[in-house]
Amino acid sequence: MPIHEKSLIRPENLKVQENIEVEGIDVSGHWSTFIESRVVTDYNEALEEEIAALPGGEFIHRCWQCGSCTNSCTVNALDADFNPRYWIYLIRMGMESELLRDKDIIWQCVSCNKCTYACPRDVVPEGVMKATAHWLELKGHTPKSHSTIFDEIFSEQVIETGKIEDGRTIRRFFKQTGQALRQPWLEEMVKRLLRNLPIGMLTRMGLANFITPRTSGWSGARDAIKEYVAEQEQHHRKVLGLDDLVKAAENEL
Amino acid sequence: MKKSDKQQKYKEVAYYPGCALEGSGHAYNRSTKALGEKLGLKLKEVDNWNCCGAMEVKNIDPKIQTYLSSRVMSTAANKMNMDVVMAPCNGCYHNLKKAEYDLENDEKSREVVDRLSKKAGHDTYQAGQVETIHALDWVKDSIGEEGLKERVKNSLEGIKIANYYGCMYTRPRHIFPEKDAGPGSESTSKPHFMDDLLEAAGADNVEFPLKTACCGGAHTLSDSDTSTKLVTNILRAAEAAGAEVIATECPTCHSGLEMHQIRAEKTLGIKTNVKIIYFTQLLGMALGLKPKKVGLHENVSDSFDFVKKKGLA
Ligand code: SF4
Ligand code: SF4
Ligand code: SF4
Ligand code: SF4
Repeated sequence: MPIHEKSLIRPENLKVQENIEVEGIDVSGHWSTFIESRVVTDYNEALEEEIAALPGGEFIHRCWQCGSCTNSCTVNALDADFNPRYWIYLIRMGMESELLRDKDIIWQCVSCNKCTYACPRDVVPEGVMKATAHWLELKGHTPKSHSTIFDEIFSEQVIETGKIEDGRTIRRFFKQTGQALRQPWLEEMVKRLLRNLPIGMLTRMGLANFITPRTSGWSGARDAIKEYVAEQEQHHRKVLGLDDLVKAAENEL
Repeated sequence: MKKSDKQQKYKEVAYYPGCALEGSGHAYNRSTKALGEKLGLKLKEVDNWNCCGAMEVKNIDPKIQTYLSSRVMSTAANKMNMDVVMAPCNGCYHNLKKAEYDLENDEKSREVVDRLSKKAGHDTYQAGQVETIHALDWVKDSIGEEGLKERVKNSLEGIKIANYYGCMYTRPRHIFPEKDAGPGSESTSKPHFMDDLLEAAGADNVEFPLKTACCGGAHTLSDSDTSTKLVTNILRAAEAAGAEVIATECPTCHSGLEMHQIRAEKTLGIKTNVKIIYFTQLLGMALGLKPKKVGLHENVSDSFDFVKKKGLA
C-alpha cells in the first residue's frame, strides 16, 4: 500500500463532538474534529541495548533511517504495517509501548535478506527483526510464535543427531502447534507424489520415515553445542534482567 | 583464478548434499550425481557430514550455525584433503559461505568455533582452507557453455523456461565476494549462470522479473498463508512471462514452489500449470539421460507427459 493511501491518524485518537454549538452555530460532527496528540511517557531507555544484546541485533545503532529496508521488504509488500525502519526507530527511541502495538506481526519476517542487501549502513535489519521477535518472547509480551516453535524443534534435532529428517520435523511441528497433520493440501501433495512413486520410495523421502538419520560420532559436537547454548541463555537472561523480573514477581505474590 | 585453473580444480570436488537432498529433495541429489557422471566430473561425498543448520539454527544462535558449517568444511579440508566443497542446496551453500565470511572477519566467531571444535574433538576449520561453490558454479566453470553445447543430444529447443534462483544464492552480497566482480562473474541483482547453462542446452529462457524473489521458505509451515501468497506471485509471474517450466537450483525453493502450488489451488482456488523442474534434471535430459535417471518421478510437479511431448523422453 503506498503511504498516501494509508491513514496515519489512528481512529482512537480522532475526537468528534456529537453536539456542539459555538456562538449559536451548530458545529457538531466533523466541523470540530480534532486529533488528540500522542503522549509517550514510558520510555524504556534500555530497549536498544537489550535488543542489541540478542543475536542479530548487534548493529542496530548504525541505522540512519533511510527506509531502504522497508522499501525492499518482502513482507511489507503484503502488509504495509510490517515496517522494519519504523520499528528500528522506536527501539532506538525507547518507545516500547508503540513497538508493542505491532508485536503480533514482527515474527513474520521471512529472512529473505532483501533489507540486508539494500541497507547502506550494514545494520542487518533481518537480524534486528529476529532479535526483536526473540525479545518479545523472552519478555513475555508474545507467546512463542509458530516460527520459534519450528526453529526449536529443528535445532533440537540437529543438535541431538547432527542431521535433520523433514518428515519427522513436520510431524512434531504440527503436533506441538495443535494442527491436524491431515491438511487437505498435504494429502493432495502425497497423492501426487504417489502417482509416479512406489511407496517404498516415499519412506526413503521422509514422508513416512521411522529411521532417524544420524551423523556418527556426533556426541562430542552435541555436548559442546549444548554447553554453549546454556552459557548463552544465561548471558541473555542477565542482559534482559529476566531473573530480576522473576524475583520481583515472586515478591509480589 | 584463471578459467582453465577452475576447469581442472572442479573436476573432482567434495560433495555436500545436505539433509534436504536425502529427503524431500532426493530428485536433486539423483540428478546432480547422474549429471556429474555423465559429464565426467567426480563427486566425493563429505565423510560423515552434519546439517549446516538451514535457516532455523541461526535463530537459536548464529554462532552454532557457523560451527555446524565449519565442521563440514573442516572434514573436507583436514580429513579428505579436498580444496573445493560443492553444495547444490542454496541453504547449505549460503551457510558455508556465511561461515567462511565470519571466520575470516570476526574474532568472536573464530573463538567460538575453535572452542567447540576442540571440545568436539576435531581440527578447527581455518578460513581459506576450502572454496565453497554451488552446483551452478561447478557445471559452469568445469564444463561451461561450449562444453555443454558439444554434448547436447536432446536440445531443450522450444521449451520456455523461467529461471528461479531464490534468495540465499545471492543475498546478502557481502558473503559472496566473487559475485559482481566484472565480466564472467555471477550477478547478485540479476543472476544468470542457470540461464547461461540452459540456453547452451537449447532452452528458450523468458525474461523473468522474479528470479530472486523470496518464496517465504523460512515460514513455509509456520506461516503458510504468507508463503502461499509469495509463491503464487512467483508462479503467476512466470506464466505471465510465457514460461512453461520454472527451473530451480535449490531443494527448498523447489519443494516450496511445488507445495504452495498445490496449496494455492486448494486454499485460494488459484490454479497454475507451470512445471517445476531442477536445472540438473533439465541438463541431464538434454544430455540424453532418461527422465527416471534424473528422478523426474520424485518431483511432486508431474512433468512426464510434458517432457515426452517436448521430445526429451
Ligand atoms: S536500510 Fe538500514 S539504515 Fe536504512 S532504515 Fe533500514 S536499517 Fe536503517
Ligand atoms: S529479511 Fe525480513 S525484514 Fe528483511 S526484507 Fe526480508 S522479510 Fe523484510
Ligand atoms: S540447508 Fe537444508 S539441506 Fe542444507 S544441510 Fe542445511 S538443512 Fe540440510
Ligand atoms: S526462495 Fe525460498 S527456499 Fe529459496 S532461498 Fe528464498 S526463502 Fe529459501
